[in-house]
Amino acid sequence: MISLASEKLIILAMLLPLLAAVLIVLVDKKPNLRDALSIIISLALLATVLSLLPSILEGNQTSITLLEIVPGLPITFTLEPLGMLFACVAALLWPVNTLYSIGYMRGNKEKHQTRFYICFAIALSCTMGIALAGNLLTLFICYELLTLSTYPLVTHKGNEDAKKAGRVYLGILLSTSIGFFLLAILWTWHLTGTLDFKAEGILAGKIAGPELIVLLFLYVYGIGKAALMPMHRWLPAAMVAPTPVSALLHAVAVVKAGVFSIVKVVIYVFGLDMLRLSDGADWVLWIAGFTIISASIIALKQDNLKRRLAYSTISQLSYVTLAVFILAPLSIVAAALHIVAHAFGKVTLFFAAGSIYTASHKTNISQLNGIGYRMPWTMAAFTIGAISMIGLPPTAGFLSKWYMLQGAFQQEQVFAVLIIIASTLLNAAYFIPIIYTAWFKKEGQESGELVVHGEAPKAIVFALMTTASLTLLLFFFPDVPLQLAMLLRCY
Amino acid sequence: MIENHLSLLLVVLPLLAAPIVAVLPNGRLPWAVSTLVSWSVFYLAAWQLMNVNTGNVISYELGGWAPPWGIEYRIDAANALVALIVSGIAALTLPYALKSVIKEIPQQQHALFYAAFMLCLTGLLGIAQTGDIFNLFVFLEISSLSSYALISLGKKRQALTAAYQYLIMGTIGATFFIIGVGLLYAMTGTLNMADLAQRLPELYEHRTIHTAFAFIMVGFALKLALFPLHVWLPNAYTYAPTVVTIFLAATATKVAVYVMLRMVFTVFSFTFIESTPADELFLLLCVMGILGMSFYAIYQKDSKRLLAYSSVAQIGYMMLGIGLGSVLGATATLVHLFNHALMKGALFMAIGALVYRVGSSRLEHFSGLGKQMPWTFAAIVIGGLSLIGVPGTAGFISKWYLVLAAIEQQNWLIVGVILIGSLLAVIYVWKIVEVLYFKATGEMEQHNTAVKEAPLMMLIPMWVLVLANVYFGFNTELTVGTAQQAVQLLIPGVNK
Repeated sequence: MISLASEKLIILAMLLPLLAAVLIVLVDKKPNLRDALSIIISLALLATVLSLLPSILEGNQTSITLLEIVPGLPITFTLEPLGMLFACVAALLWPVNTLYSIGYMRGNKEKHQTRFYICFAIALSCTMGIALAGNLLTLFICYELLTLSTYPLVTHKGNEDAKKAGRVYLGILLSTSIGFFLLAILWTWHLTGTLDFKAEGILAGKIAGPELIVLLFLYVYGIGKAALMPMHRWLPAAMVAPTPVSALLHAVAVVKAGVFSIVKVVIYVFGLDMLRLSDGADWVLWIAGFTIISASIIALKQDNLKRRLAYSTISQLSYVTLAVFILAPLSIVAAALHIVAHAFGKVTLFFAAGSIYTASHKTNISQLNGIGYRMPWTMAAFTIGAISMIGLPPTAGFLSKWYMLQGAFQQEQVFAVLIIIASTLLNAAYFIPIIYTAWFKKEGQESGELVVHGEAPKAIVFALMTTASLTLLLFFFPDVPLQLAMLLRCY
Repeated sequence: MIENHLSLLLVVLPLLAAPIVAVLPNGRLPWAVSTLVSWSVFYLAAWQLMNVNTGNVISYELGGWAPPWGIEYRIDAANALVALIVSGIAALTLPYALKSVIKEIPQQQHALFYAAFMLCLTGLLGIAQTGDIFNLFVFLEISSLSSYALISLGKKRQALTAAYQYLIMGTIGATFFIIGVGLLYAMTGTLNMADLAQRLPELYEHRTIHTAFAFIMVGFALKLALFPLHVWLPNAYTYAPTVVTIFLAATATKVAVYVMLRMVFTVFSFTFIESTPADELFLLLCVMGILGMSFYAIYQKDSKRLLAYSSVAQIGYMMLGIGLGSVLGATATLVHLFNHALMKGALFMAIGALVYRVGSSRLEHFSGLGKQMPWTFAAIVIGGLSLIGVPGTAGFISKWYLVLAAIEQQNWLIVGVILIGSLLAVIYVWKIVEVLYFKATGEMEQHNTAVKEAPLMMLIPMWVLVLANVYFGFNTELTVGTAQQAVQLLIPGVNK
């Protein structure tokens, strides 16, 4: 009985956002009703996803096959711990982000709000699809649809800059996925005759030596959403989008879909045992390390707040990749936890950036002198988010870094340890100046006129306080995510 | 009764309709009769496919003369699939045609236009149905001559030059083909394809057979616009009336590809092809065609011409499957042949709707129309995604099988070319999407805000094809299933 119910819930999790999209179209002319509906459905999605939790914590795996495209190649959705974790994060943050969007889009009098909410809902549906995908083909379909559904969001402003950014966004994401990811999937299919995610991997014994390394790289670079250098340029480009998009999609849903897919491929397609025997994993580890450090250094030089956050995201994403490719059981746990921890922290930071923009139309860090006193809530939340990024207690970021270091020690990966330490220092170096500027510099020292403004609209403040609290709460009550992540350890 | 003569009726029905339509008074009547005929033909084609999809082969003796003396129509899954595409596209194009033809073609020519259309349909269906190589030539000429006439009806004066160019190239192609047929007949004394397939192997060493093969291949490469014999195609597609472009783009080249398949795999055999340089040559030309023509498409400023160059590139994909010479390759060719008809049909219909409203096919004149014509815009997006091969569309299935066929032979160059071709498709498809999606600027802003959505008569056929693109992206029973069935009969000696 339980499994039957879960199957329906899995489908519901993907249908609810689509339903939201349809309803939004129908009530196009009534903004209040439209926004209320968005919130209600996002809460319903959260309830749906949370009600799937008990069964998975008991160790059940539910699977549902919709149809078979080609003999042997079905569209399947499977509930497993890592996907559950990702789905929870996205479902938890969607209502908060919707609330924030309402404040932001109205506060900035953005146009085409209906289109914005529709695309957002579709993107969420694709995200759920990625989280619950039961084989590579299903994952790939949802992955591509996510890219396409976010394109109108990235180019929302419709000006020349947006058009150019849209080209970079689509160009990199589509060319990596079609050029490398699809090829890797086809190659895997040719070798194994299956694309299912299996606990022990499906490639074991089918490929070895240099070919294995080539295949690994096709996957790692094919999943462009993970923003491993040099495939990272789409992420800063995507920052032309309205801030709610940068917050939920380009700090959580889209980018996490990338690293999530990498983790999935490593665990369920290659299998850890197989990769431990190959040099390829080390190479990816080095590239991830390089990305962490160089993205942090680039972040240091950015004055535009959103761009600095974007480069910080690139660096943080590679933490997950790095953690996975340490290939220790505990580092897998760390990778899963970091997906959660970074999501809460980075959403908070982006919310704060959008809040500052809505209240004062400031976009650069050098303009933020003393802004902490004008916008105390916003900057308090920002501070919490920044601490989590650096990885200090009492925030979620500490947890994942802790496990990551343990995993690295377990596997005697000195390189990984050094990278983590160096990047923690760099994280501090680019976040602490912002906090210092906001709280300790006198207002009016910067060039330009003094704008008198207060705190952002209530919806925005409420949303960013929620995510900031979540960042703190996760440190004190990490049970559920930790349990889910620990379930991965057996692989 | 009907069932016995099904295969012949399919060809005879439009053939008889053509003179009737020609003498009808101008007005809606010619259109109504042709539409009715095309629907009946589609029904018959679907029926025929159902009959042969189980692995049966229908052999119909024309006039009761036994083959190989008489003409034989030999229908297996491959013919039936091609006949289904041709008649299906005709059945959708004709309802769409009503408004478009009224706008683009002078009224006194309507009856003749539909008559020529019926003849073209007859020719294409005949090529698909017949099992006799000389009969094939006759139908080839019927379809070609009628399409020259159809193309020349285009509104601009360039249509005449385009039609003339096609006429010259097409005639050379047909002549080459008939020379090849003549040589084969001289050597074997038969014109029946099945019979030829049995008699040819002992003559494989003979130089005349090689010459005949070369003539036939070059002749049909001209008809299907294989790079570099494609120069007639972009002009013809650009200047022909919209309806003609839709129909020819979705069917004419497909039928020619089918003939290639039949010639290469059934009449000759792949072992024979391997002894000639043809397979390598095909692969080389396909690679050059896919890459070169996709690049060309990117730089086009006219939407119809852009799609025309894309068609030449796509023909490269289909011929790749033949050049690879494997079961998987031939399957991929048939699948892509079907799917490409769906996507190009949908795309040209959508472009046609834009042309209908704006009166020009130049990209700059489409600026910002996505807002005014949301359904047409959505059709272009979905059709375009299918052309790129995004999962969830029919195009993805084509790419899937093509790449698999190349991986199977460890031909990584071809794998790379297919994928790079898809990326180039992203660029040229997005060129159209961007123009439509972003707000109009400059002088087009005033002009284009008054434009309305296309009429329903155009939207419905367009969306049937768009939805078919999505449907066949998920359900491949008809496309892949039939193609696999067909390949087993196409390539004798292949078992599961």
